[in-house]
Amino acid sequence: MAAIYSLYIINKSGGLIFYKDYGSAGRMDTNDSLRVASLWHSMHAISQQLSPTVGCLGIELLEADTFDLHCFQSLTGTKLFVVCEPGTQHMEGLLKVIYELYTDYVLKNPFYEMEMPIRCELFDINLSQAIQKDRVALLGR
Amino acid sequence: MQFFGGSDISPSPPAPTASGNNAHMIYVFNRNGVCLLYREWNRPLHTLNAQQDHKLMFGLLFSLKSLTAKMDPTSLDKGNLGVPQLPGQGCSFHSFRTNTYKLSFMETPSGMKIILITHPKTGDLRESLKYIYNLYVEYVVKNPIYTPGAPIRCDPSVYSSNQDPNATGDVVLKKF
Repeated sequence: MAAIYSLYIINKSGGLIFYKDYGSAGRMDTNDSLRVASLWHSMHAISQQLSPTVGCLGIELLEADTFDLHCFQSLTGTKLFVVCEPGTQHMEGLLKVIYELYTDYVLKNPFYEMEMPIRCELFDINLSQAIQKDRVALLGR
Repeated sequence: MQFFGGSDISPSPPAPTASGNNAHMIYVFNRNGVCLLYREWNRPLHTLNAQQDHKLMFGLLFSLKSLTAKMDPTSLDKGNLGVPQLPGQGCSFHSFRTNTYKLSFMETPSGMKIILITHPKTGDLRESLKYIYNLYVEYVVKNPIYTPGAPIRCDPSVYSSNQDPNATGDVVLKKF
């Protein structure tokens, strides 16, 4: 059971700083994942322009035929998004947990340079645990 | 890709998803990106002029479609990002939600796009979009003086002779 297909983190200028695949068919290569991430950044910005009322913060959930995409934007403009099976629940909660891990293990890492690709071992370990836990929670329902 | 019933299906209103009119706008585009119909009921914010707004909407849908086709985690061969695809080819999407609105989208096999913008808490509108498409088939495509590709004008006098005069697009759309 693969509830989550992949996770992307993009910086405030649309550059991909983290990408992890959890078993989607036909893996995307690095160039494609970079392109998809910056395309998402632009679509997110355009969706705010088209809002009928004020205060639009961009796309939160995109429902495609074969997957759901949940996006969370932090106050500083960093965007995290997960691609999961259609109808997967509690993804907003998972994104907030991942954001917490990002602040704890990436931003507090003295060797991490802002807006640069994430290469932090502790982040990777805790992230895989969070995703695992989420899967366990889904199985337990 | 959904396929639609024959034209002998007479349009019947779908079950209402919520009470009252919670629709903001509707857009209808043909396959060339020409806006055939645009109506707004509740739109306090206009960031662009009408023409630019339609272009931006069509561009957003086009790009989101190429994004979902490329991202599709269930197919092995996805082609290259940004390559134009035929309607029904590749993974498409049916809605997205922001904190202020929900956009529901349907593309017909002929490439026509119907877009409904509603309150973010609205449920699944795929049936409603199909119903609007049936209205288009019944009252626009079957209208003998309608030129394909021209903007849709809902003039009741045009087809009041043999159709129900209340069945114009505008009147029916108010149900949403």
